[in-house]
Amino acid sequence: MSECCGKNPAGGTTPPVPPGCEAGLAEPPIPAVASDPRATAKYFGTGLIALGAWWLLYQGLSPFAKWFTFSLLTLTPGARLASAVEFFVFEAPKVLMLLTLVVFAVGVVRSFFTPERARRILAGRKESAGNVLAALLGVVTPFCSCSAVPLFIGFVTSGVPLGVTFSFLVSAPMVNEIALVLLYGLFGWKIAVLYAGTGLAIAMVSGWIIGRMGMEGHVEEWVYAAPAGGDEGGGSRSVSWRDRVHFGFDAVRDIAGKVWPYVVAGIAVGAAIHGYVPENFMAGIMGAGAWWSVPLAVLIGIPMYSNAAGIIPVVQALLGKGAALGTVLAFMMSVIGLSLPEMIILRKVLKVRLIATFAGVVGAGILAVGYLFNVLL
Amino acid sequence: MTRKETLKIAILGTGCPKCRQTAEVVRRAVEQAGIDATIHKVEDIQEIMKFRVMATPAVAIDGQVRISGKVPTVDEVRTLLSGGETP
Repeated sequence: MSECCGKNPAGGTTPPVPPGCEAGLAEPPIPAVASDPRATAKYFGTGLIALGAWWLLYQGLSPFAKWFTFSLLTLTPGARLASAVEFFVFEAPKVLMLLTLVVFAVGVVRSFFTPERARRILAGRKESAGNVLAALLGVVTPFCSCSAVPLFIGFVTSGVPLGVTFSFLVSAPMVNEIALVLLYGLFGWKIAVLYAGTGLAIAMVSGWIIGRMGMEGHVEEWVYAAPAGGDEGGGSRSVSWRDRVHFGFDAVRDIAGKVWPYVVAGIAVGAAIHGYVPENFMAGIMGAGAWWSVPLAVLIGIPMYSNAAGIIPVVQALLGKGAALGTVLAFMMSVIGLSLPEMIILRKVLKVRLIATFAGVVGAGILAVGYLFNVLL
Repeated sequence: MTRKETLKIAILGTGCPKCRQTAEVVRRAVEQAGIDATIHKVEDIQEIMKFRVMATPAVAIDGQVRISGKVPTVDEVRTLLSGGETP
């Protein structure tokens, strides 16, 4: 579900260098080694030690930031500059460490899932249960919005119901591990859980609604005539733990290696806000009191295409200036979950009415989430 | 490393950067291996679907899909070209 397309063929409003895209060319060769128990044990042992070292380092970040700010730079506690510096020196390594760990873990988890496997699990499922499963699989299956069309065709031609397919297509970009980590790192676990939970809920419910509407007739005719896709390539070979670990490292190199400047920039913005911008600066425009702010945020968000790492700095800036959480969450979801380029790609297989319905239903879900949080929090 | 007949390699992808990278990787692998091969890009989605893939970029050698859903490495492609399996 990472946005691997970079500059999409449709040529939307992509940022100049979208992170997390364009995989590295020169990877070291991975020798094919059969999975033997000793090698597996070695990988787990090394992994455990690495995790321990990671944890110790992570624990040391806060004292280090304090020491750096107050002892090394001798800034006065309570001053604006000190507050900004401490925030940055603590948050930047913290978020990068979290990102590395989670991207690695997600990479390993994803080595267990392929689109072919997701399809086997979903084929012939009833709706409801199928929608729930599809939304969950959308999170863990490696997915690129470039592949949305072949994936869509592969699903529907092998008996995955249309609505269930949509649940997958909605959750895959919307529930994003990078967004999850950044939200956790910057705003705490509650907001991260809210984001993941509501993102999944939107995927499940909107897929279910689209299924109920019986819009199979609005899929381009040639799709159902196409041969059932996806029987070939990467489906059935056995994967050793060694391969899975490499898969994790590749994911880190792919994502963390490109994303970090965005993260650091985002945290720098956050640090400046933390130290300098008065609170409630944005409250008038994007606060919970302004009812029109949620639909406006969604409308602005849909044509924008950015990946999670690019949007979080904006989220942080908005929240820091007093924008309401629901409004900001709605904005973020519409940017990463509903993108104009993806809809243009999907136009090859879907008729306009179905695309409009898809955007409308998902957009309505995002609106509901926005209002819900503005009311609850 | 030398083969009698020309290999037909197809790069399947709708034109995203990963597909272009894949084409480049394949081109380099063919060059390094010194194999007689034709490389052509398949960018039309209906044509791509005839290969029965579910993820792009994909690489088909003599009509058989060997890699799908990722940018391969030069070494991986070379292994495939010499008749081996993907690692």
